[in-house]
Amino acid sequence: MEDWRRGRSAFWLIGLGPTVWLVLFFLLPLTIVWLYSFAELRGVVDMEVTGTLSNYARALDPLYLEVFGKSLVFAGITTGVSLVVGFPVALAIVFATPRWRPVLLLLVILPFWTNLLIRTYALIAVLRVRGFANFTLEWFWEQSTTLLSLLGLGSYQLLGERFEPLELLYNNTAVIIGLVYVHLPFMVLPLYAALEKLDRSLIEAALDLGASQWRAFLTVVVPLSMPGIISGAILVFIPALGSFLTPDLLGGTDSQMIANVIERQFKSANDWPFGAALSFLLMYLTFAALALRAVFARNAGGL
Amino acid sequence: MARTPIGPLEYTRRTWMRLTLLATFVFLYAPIVTLVAFSFNDSRRNIVWRGFTTKYYEKALGNSDLIEAFVNSLTIALLSTVIATVLGALTALLLWRFRFPFKAGYEGAMALPIVIPEICMGVAMLAFFAKVGWPSGLPWPLSLSAIIIAHVSFSFPFVAVVVRARLAGFNQELAEAAQDLGASEWRVFWDVMVPFMRPGLVAGALLAFTLSLDDFVITFFTSGPDTVTFPVKVYSMVRFSVTPEVNAASTVLIVLTVVLTGIALWMQFRQEKKSS
Repeated sequence: MEDWRRGRSAFWLIGLGPTVWLVLFFLLPLTIVWLYSFAELRGVVDMEVTGTLSNYARALDPLYLEVFGKSLVFAGITTGVSLVVGFPVALAIVFATPRWRPVLLLLVILPFWTNLLIRTYALIAVLRVRGFANFTLEWFWEQSTTLLSLLGLGSYQLLGERFEPLELLYNNTAVIIGLVYVHLPFMVLPLYAALEKLDRSLIEAALDLGASQWRAFLTVVVPLSMPGIISGAILVFIPALGSFLTPDLLGGTDSQMIANVIERQFKSANDWPFGAALSFLLMYLTFAALALRAVFARNAGGL
Repeated sequence: MARTPIGPLEYTRRTWMRLTLLATFVFLYAPIVTLVAFSFNDSRRNIVWRGFTTKYYEKALGNSDLIEAFVNSLTIALLSTVIATVLGALTALLLWRFRFPFKAGYEGAMALPIVIPEICMGVAMLAFFAKVGWPSGLPWPLSLSAIIIAHVSFSFPFVAVVVRARLAGFNQELAEAAQDLGASEWRVFWDVMVPFMRPGLVAGALLAFTLSLDDFVITFFTSGPDTVTFPVKVYSMVRFSVTPEVNAASTVLIVLTVVLTGIALWMQFRQEKKSS
């Protein structure tokens, strides 16, 4: 690597374009929003940057604190479910035969390359009242009822008079399902990377010394794959926290997340200063999550 | 083939492991597969199979709004990819080649578009274009300029990451040899650096292209009534109803991105084979 003073003309030639672009079309827009977060509304669309903190104070209103809390809980549950589902999947891929490994890995990555909106839309078709999930459940219901009547229990109607489709869409559960559906590959890939590097003889040693599979998993595999677990958790948690589309399309009126509130301030409520404050609070939460990861990484490195 | 007993570490051969794997893949693929399958279903109700038809593809093709949105999306993706690839490659070169003051801060700023939530970037772009009074109602390709700029801003740091990973494997002696043989700095750049970076450039460009084609949130905040992209159009359609037409249009987009990704993976695979 050479010092920039040794090749000034090349340095400027290479660096000028991207730097100007970043400043003009990224940092400047962010600064404008940051300034707006300290502004007051004057009339319908006019704003004046007065340095007020009232927008941030308003975010502490119980109504909005609840939205923040809900977003954190949704992102947290999504991370937990992805970890529980993703760990066996990653483990199965790592211990698959070499011929199958790239195929399974590709199968995990492939949905990630499909448009997010289309995947969410596909989920709507599966989860709605007249959707495939209920269709499948109804089929099972009919089979069981037939079976019961064959057994002579038909007159008791143990499973109810008729099939009641479940309300799977437009509620908090749908949002969690949607978030896990979208973010699962982000969890599996870092776990796979961590587990692949794991020295298998360590598991064998634990098993030889009489540990059960479960004990070997908890005391050997999990601690050694901690960097992968942390990376995966952060990679799922951060985008899940700022999700807009999933709660918007799959959620009900009470499953709005921060991004939905921000969108409303900018698109329909026309309260840009408040929306700006909320979006910076969301950004600070994201940075906090990243900082936490850095702390974990340092601790893991120090061991 | 003789069935050998399952070894203690052969987790993938255990039944419950296989069931977990199967259930996960069903969860990941069932929605997409049903979406594609029912774009060929001869029924508006979209739930029972009533025979094969391509009429929803014809209908989608006849929907001029949808076609216009599709053309807009491809144009935006193409133009923003070109700009993002150039800027990303330059960023990678800068960070790879030079030591300079506040480099860590510079790298942090470059990583910002990757880490900040999409919604924050979307509202920032909305506020920016409103503040500077970006002209609307320009003739066609120029009317997309705001969206193209926004897409370049979030995709070029991704390109930079990919190209920089490629540059990490560069043997500095190659450039020095060329210089010793009398090549100018410019010549070294075109004849040594660019050919070496090519696989990274291609992978980065394909990444930028799919990112642009996929983006909904940021586009949602920068598009106007005359500059609707495909995801924005689908969003407005989905809000009203689930129709086989949307399925057909989505299938086309899925096929397009899967093919592009396939090409990218294949090129990467070929490159790895060549270098090993």
